[in-house]
Amino acid sequence: MHIDSILSEQEIAAIEKEVAKLPMPKAACIEALKIVQQHRGWVSDDSLQLIAQHLQMSTAELDSVATFYNLIFRKPVGRHVILLCDSISCYVMGYEKIYEGLQRQLQIGFGETSPDGRFTLLPNACLGTCDHAPALMIDQDTYPDLKPEQLEAILNTYP
Amino acid sequence: MEKPLTQYINPNRPALHLKEYERVGGYSALRKALTMAPKDITNMVQEADLKGRGGAGFNTGMKWSFVPMDPDIGTKYLIANADEMEPGTFKDRLLMEGNPHQLIEGMIIAAYAIQANVSFIFLRWAYKKAARLLEQAIAEAYDAGYLGRPMGSTGYQLHLHLHTGVGRYICGEETALLNALEGKRATPRLKPPFPQISGLFGRPTIVNNVETLCNVPHIVNNGPDWFKALSNSGDAGTKLYGVSGRVKTPGIWELPLGTPMDQLLEDHAGGMQDGYRFRGALPGGASTDFLVTEHLKINLDYKSVASAGSRLGTGTMVVLDDRTCPVGFVHNLEHFFAQESCGWCSPCREGLPWTEKILRSIEDGRGTIQDLEILEQHTIQLGPGRTFCALAPGAMEPLQSALKYFREDFESHISQKKCPWR
Repeated sequence: MHIDSILSEQEIAAIEKEVAKLPMPKAACIEALKIVQQHRGWVSDDSLQLIAQHLQMSTAELDSVATFYNLIFRKPVGRHVILLCDSISCYVMGYEKIYEGLQRQLQIGFGETSPDGRFTLLPNACLGTCDHAPALMIDQDTYPDLKPEQLEAILNTYP
Repeated sequence: MEKPLTQYINPNRPALHLKEYERVGGYSALRKALTMAPKDITNMVQEADLKGRGGAGFNTGMKWSFVPMDPDIGTKYLIANADEMEPGTFKDRLLMEGNPHQLIEGMIIAAYAIQANVSFIFLRWAYKKAARLLEQAIAEAYDAGYLGRPMGSTGYQLHLHLHTGVGRYICGEETALLNALEGKRATPRLKPPFPQISGLFGRPTIVNNVETLCNVPHIVNNGPDWFKALSNSGDAGTKLYGVSGRVKTPGIWELPLGTPMDQLLEDHAGGMQDGYRFRGALPGGASTDFLVTEHLKINLDYKSVASAGSRLGTGTMVVLDDRTCPVGFVHNLEHFFAQESCGWCSPCREGLPWTEKILRSIEDGRGTIQDLEILEQHTIQLGPGRTFCALAPGAMEPLQSALKYFREDFESHISQKKCPWR
């Protein structure tokens, strides 16, 4: 596992840019968590401690923030994160069939990572793509109007 | 029919960049606003009766008028609430992806009216394209001197920052949003004090929805009477209405406020898909009461929808069809609300998971007739005035109306010991 004992120069520069916009350093802690997660994939206990020290706040306080937000990952995730919308419009339009398809293809359920470390599958609240339901996101990309038979081709584009 | 908000939004071409936006009159409202006294802009918006488009429907100008205007008051903030996470809602996405400068111009005018010098857009994480386009547009506005530099003879200047969230529906609640922006857990705050007096970092703050702010330049350009005349009802302006579910052409349309429900469903959403019948709809997102067939003729304005026992909410409708189980539908909603409860107050933290579990057991054929009474008690115990914020009362709206309109479906699950749709 990739554990750095210090924040990288890039991480610090990005965090400081956010700190500059706000009246006190710790107000930038969500931005800092996002930045470190972007560089390291997730936020380990070690990373958490580094951020807390940098922002002059306690690790416990930072963890209380980190664990509140579902898109800050406090456990390792796969190289790609799949967020499947399970909210109402996607329910009506059949997201359950998409979920079944993903389970078949990846042999994992919600909250799990494929054994090869390629994908983590998570449910997500409404993605705001309700007129093109069902929908999912993989990393930065949104896939609307999904049909189960499209899944294989879509997943193949994420090595 | 005028469509001020969406006239320059065309899904088949990229959003207007700064020069194109200026060519069609963009930022002229800002120039006009800067010649006016801040108080006069607030009065104009109040007179136009621009109601908040995020769901609550409060008069925007009146909200601004609560901000202290003492010149020595110090830092004040203006925030665009772009944390669009109400299930079934996708209207602000269109405005931000389609014409980001319209939002920025609206924000600068609003900030000038309350004399705020720092502003934020609180954008939900999933809106990647909107984030990219807003970043570009903000950079263009800085380069052009609309942001970051004193403007004209007023000396007024504004900074604008984009903050993207990291999930959680509760961040859309305005005081929870303030906590999230301060780098805290997004639990709502006790009111009073209201954010207008003590908001972000304890400073006077206005939080307005994206669609609300996008209306501001048009009101400044054309005046309150023009704005009122856009509507078919007692509520002023146009509204972005959306429809999702088993209709032929789901989508978003800018229509006069007060457009009849059947017209929205038939003329715009194309009616139900073949083989599906309409059973009901949530008129304004997941936290609004069902409307059913008897309501199809009502006008979709704040007052008429309230008289029919629901709320206009965000104006984006989710349709329930006859091949979708109403119990499963409501279970899906309550699963969402239970998951998204911030856990701060007991009725919400404990009551919503209980509600979800009962609905699950009914859907799985393990329900009893007493469960319906327990659900009904929840709709009272988690109702308005009994919780810290509006999340749990909102969660009870679709449940209480489902128990009323689809009661026989709940009962058939219990008597047949299974879901008749599965």
